[in-house]
Amino acid sequence: MLAYAVRRMLVSVPILVIATFVVFVMVSLSGDPLSELKTRNPPPPPHTLQLEAHRLHLDEPLLARYWHWITGVFHGDFGPSVQSTQVIGPELAHRFLVTFRLIGVAMLLALALAVLVGVVSAVKQYSATDYTFTFFGFLFLAMPSFWFAILLKEAGISFNDTVGNQVLFTIGDSSVYVEGGTWASITDVLGHMILPTISLALLSFAAWSRFQRASMLEVLNTDYVRLARAKGLRRGTVMTRHALRTALIPLVTVTALDLGAIISGAIVTENVYQWRGAGSFLLESIRHDDAYAVAGWLLIAATFIIVFNLAADLLYAVLDPRIRYA
Amino acid sequence: MPDQDLRVAQRSQTQLVARRFRRHRLAMISLVVLLALVLLAFVGGWLWKYSVADLTPDESVPPSWDHPFGTDAAGHDTFAQVLRGTQISIGIAVLGALVATVVGTVWGATAGYYGGRLDTAMMRIADLVLTLPFLAVAAVLGHNLGGSWWLIAAVIAGLYWAYVARVARGVVLSLREKEFVEAAKAIGAGDARIIFRHLVPNALGSIIVNATVLVAIAILLETALSYLGFGVRPPDTSLGLLVSDAQTAVDTRPWLFFFPGVFIIVIALTINFIGDGLRDALDPQQTRMRR
Repeated sequence: MLAYAVRRMLVSVPILVIATFVVFVMVSLSGDPLSELKTRNPPPPPHTLQLEAHRLHLDEPLLARYWHWITGVFHGDFGPSVQSTQVIGPELAHRFLVTFRLIGVAMLLALALAVLVGVVSAVKQYSATDYTFTFFGFLFLAMPSFWFAILLKEAGISFNDTVGNQVLFTIGDSSVYVEGGTWASITDVLGHMILPTISLALLSFAAWSRFQRASMLEVLNTDYVRLARAKGLRRGTVMTRHALRTALIPLVTVTALDLGAIISGAIVTENVYQWRGAGSFLLESIRHDDAYAVAGWLLIAATFIIVFNLAADLLYAVLDPRIRYA
Repeated sequence: MPDQDLRVAQRSQTQLVARRFRRHRLAMISLVVLLALVLLAFVGGWLWKYSVADLTPDESVPPSWDHPFGTDAAGHDTFAQVLRGTQISIGIAVLGALVATVVGTVWGATAGYYGGRLDTAMMRIADLVLTLPFLAVAAVLGHNLGGSWWLIAAVIAGLYWAYVARVARGVVLSLREKEFVEAAKAIGAGDARIIFRHLVPNALGSIIVNATVLVAIAILLETALSYLGFGVRPPDTSLGLLVSDAQTAVDTRPWLFFFPGVFIIVIALTINFIGDGLRDALDPQQTRMRR
């Protein structure tokens, strides 16, 4: 299994190189990173522009720039940023930590809800509960994430107004200044997380609960579940010990496959709640035509997705003994 | 008993599918609603007294007979804007899904049919695309290519074809070993003929269902992209852009925010239901409930 994992990771390296290369070229060709500097009033001296172009390696051909970047990455250097005050490596690390906090909690919440709702829907198939859950499942599947997030944000603001106290934060990932020690900072961060987490979680939840329902139904129709019931085991025991255990396995793969969509959802959610996370970093960098920053962003996001998918495949083999990786 | 009562009407495959689809109540309702919406957007938008760019003297008025969806701060008629946004959003999603489906089907069917090294190489490329967070790549491409609607459709197609290719390959892999393919080979049919005349038509059910759902996914991607400012750009508009412009006005001028949002939801919802109906109609074995 270790050999399999190593091989999969090695196969992913060319994927990462090609993906970052394409994005690097696209961003480099889309505009002049110095345009902001050039349109400044009074115009900066030509010498400054020259220095800046040299700092960004713009005096070298595109391929050479990419080569510099990709070799630099292996030494922990993510290249110079168009925004001269920003060092891409540490900034990316900080931004992704903020975003992963959001994604992690949202995924756990979505999974827990999806399993619960999916299983209840399947066990009580074609009941009023099932139809209600199905209705909301379809509704959330059709809802644009940004629209729902904005709506939830407004609901949060009115909630604060009713309570007369800032309970739910609707802007930013944390307060700039928090009085009181560590505990106060933790509650501050948590307070900022509530609404964005719900926004992000509900969207994945919709698809996953539909999937969990189908998977549970499939298991409920198998012979071994019927046998367990026929043996006289209690319904609850059969549902949890026999059916649910097996029905959970396919969800592992679906969760992993959806990670890209969740990262996309996080970009939108961060934009609505004005978080300074990885999503806003990406959008800023694209607007600045900052090829190094965008390529760095994609490298980390894609690596994360690849590792997560690999972990899911390995976990699948652990959970389902019929699958072996040679 | 007269003879004719014993005669059985012969039905073609298409008739059978249409019959099963018509019995799917939710899918039929969805189809009617969606067609009405499309008609409203493309014909109504053309007949409506205001156009997208018109500045009316009424600024920020709530819905009325003159302005069914109200107006924004500059005096634009929101009804005209939502209809134009619907045209653009549906146009992008349909074109994007269509191109993705054609390219993905050819790609996946070819890979699945030939198998071996070609299959590995082709599917590795598809996997490469699937590894990417779509919205991020779409934003990069959208920023580079500019805001014309067919280029955004191309961006969407450029990402989702890989997803279609996986589905098409899966179906073709299972069909490849069937007797009818062997028979076609035996009478000397070429590879291209087997792929396009035997395999693809048999995989068409899954592909059509997939394409339908893809339109709904594409609408959501396009609106998100336009919301972030990397999709459709002013002076043209899309449903996502309208929501984006209205996001600070939810409380004060809710009509600006809710109408485009509800249009997106209704479009995506009805398309998903139609996809469900098509799935049941095209592949009766998958339906658990007998209708």
